[in-house]
Amino acid sequence: MGRSSSPAIVADGLAAAYADRLIWRDASFTVNTGEFVAVLGPNGSGKSTLLRLVLGLLPPAAGTLQVLGKRPHRGNADVGYVPQRRNIDRDLPIRGRDFVHLGIDGDHWGVAFGNTADNHLRVDQAIQSVQAQAYADRPIGRLSGGEQQRLLLAQALAGKPQMLLLDEPLASLDLRNQIVIAELVAELARANGLTVLLIAHDINPLLPVVDRVLYVAHGGVAIGKPAEVITTEQLSRLYDAPIEVLHDSHGHMFVVGLEAESAHHDA
Amino acid sequence: MPESLLAAAPYFGWDLVRVGQELFRYAFMQHAYEAGTIVALSAGVIGYFVVLRGLSFAAHALSHIGFAGATGAVLTGVAPIVGLLVFTMSAGAVMGALGQRLRGRDVTIGLVMAWSLGLGLLFTRLYTGSANLAIGFLFGQIFGINSQDVVVTFVAGALTVLIVIAVYRPLLFATLDEEVAEAKGVPVRGLSIAFMVVLAVAVSEAVQVVGVLLIFALIVAPAAIAERFTTRPSRGVLLSALMAVLFTWAGLTVAYYIPYPVGFFITTIAFWSYVVARFVAPTLTLPRRRGREPLAREEQALHSP
Repeated sequence: MGRSSSPAIVADGLAAAYADRLIWRDASFTVNTGEFVAVLGPNGSGKSTLLRLVLGLLPPAAGTLQVLGKRPHRGNADVGYVPQRRNIDRDLPIRGRDFVHLGIDGDHWGVAFGNTADNHLRVDQAIQSVQAQAYADRPIGRLSGGEQQRLLLAQALAGKPQMLLLDEPLASLDLRNQIVIAELVAELARANGLTVLLIAHDINPLLPVVDRVLYVAHGGVAIGKPAEVITTEQLSRLYDAPIEVLHDSHGHMFVVGLEAESAHHDA
Repeated sequence: MPESLLAAAPYFGWDLVRVGQELFRYAFMQHAYEAGTIVALSAGVIGYFVVLRGLSFAAHALSHIGFAGATGAVLTGVAPIVGLLVFTMSAGAVMGALGQRLRGRDVTIGLVMAWSLGLGLLFTRLYTGSANLAIGFLFGQIFGINSQDVVVTFVAGALTVLIVIAVYRPLLFATLDEEVAEAKGVPVRGLSIAFMVVLAVAVSEAVQVVGVLLIFALIVAPAAIAERFTTRPSRGVLLSALMAVLFTWAGLTVAYYIPYPVGFFITTIAFWSYVVARFVAPTLTLPRRRGREPLAREEQALHSP
């Protein structure tokens, strides 16, 4: 963050909608190149929708969006994506390595011919960068959630992107693994100058690594440093409901008063 | 099996050249091997993706829908293969367009399947009242194939294999990781439709060999076995095709000597191969707990200063 180069994402008066249903609107924010942004908010508030807009899978309902200086478009090789993952079938007879390989040439037609050594080298490098050598050759369905998450991250990295969009990569991991994966993402982003948008439910495992927080709630979006956005006043205003942010002795933040709101959105 | 064969007392023994000559002595056997081989290749290659995409039941249903098409064609004086292809390809296109939404629609698919069989039953009755027509479609009629059928089968079979080769990587991507593939610009929906149409052609071809009811033996069994022996997609496809060809050859060969239906032999070989594969396949019989070791390492790393 704080680099002089052009911003990675610029949204101006952006709105997102599915069919006629407005998800959120009036989102104006800038994400700087190399910045690590955590995207937070209750279920159904439109966090994944934001990623779909950046990926060019969903057109803006209003306003403008620039991604890496261009209008978002499908098939942008500069954007690596790890979607929210349902459980991978335990019996899926495919190695983690093959998943990673798809990140390089999965969108090319035909079968791989000729000199494939280059691609195999890139797969190896991507697997090493997430320290997954030990299990990359095992069927991916048999790996733990953390191991799968590393390999899917490697798949996104294998395409040599400038930006990473990660949808709930910490979900279904135990707290320790959440911290490990969050640190790994931050380290990789730093080493490769990547801009990261990471959707999460809980800010706490991310507090040591994030630059800013993008909060999506109640049809709107707010961005800022965690300590600025995750406050009783800000969230109460964003939700238009009484919200309280508590801090423990380690500096962890806990948002209280959202239970009814979340249940409402889940329905 | 034609009666004359039984009287001829065909040679079988260690002289493999003579066995080969014996097997290819009659035109009907040559045609059966030729058509059977290309059908099996096509079924094996496509079957790998059928199993990977969780479309076994859809493939099964396609063949039943084809039964209504084939019997309907006979009734209206059209070649059965034309009716088969029209029905299976139309149904395939609809299923492909539904894509992911097809999953969990077992009841709907099953009802369409049952109704198609019912329609086929009606068409057969309207035709002559003879059950032989239906039996041929239901259980296969590989020994009834003529040289013209072989050419048609070859062209259709080769086409399906070539199309799968042409879309191999994006199809694999869309199969394993649909959301990322879509974001990467892979035409996921188009591929889904194309795949189901190609599957429809492969199923229609396979109906000639094993019939509507035994389609699992050629489309699903070889792929399911292959997936137990390799975790590499390219090897899986090749192994699946090889298995399908071996099952077909073995079934045809045994049926030449023993006067029972080919469909019985092919399904029997497929079934027992699958049973054996389940016991001996190394790939997916890894101990459950091994996947957890690196987690322990991560924990150590976290606690170390």
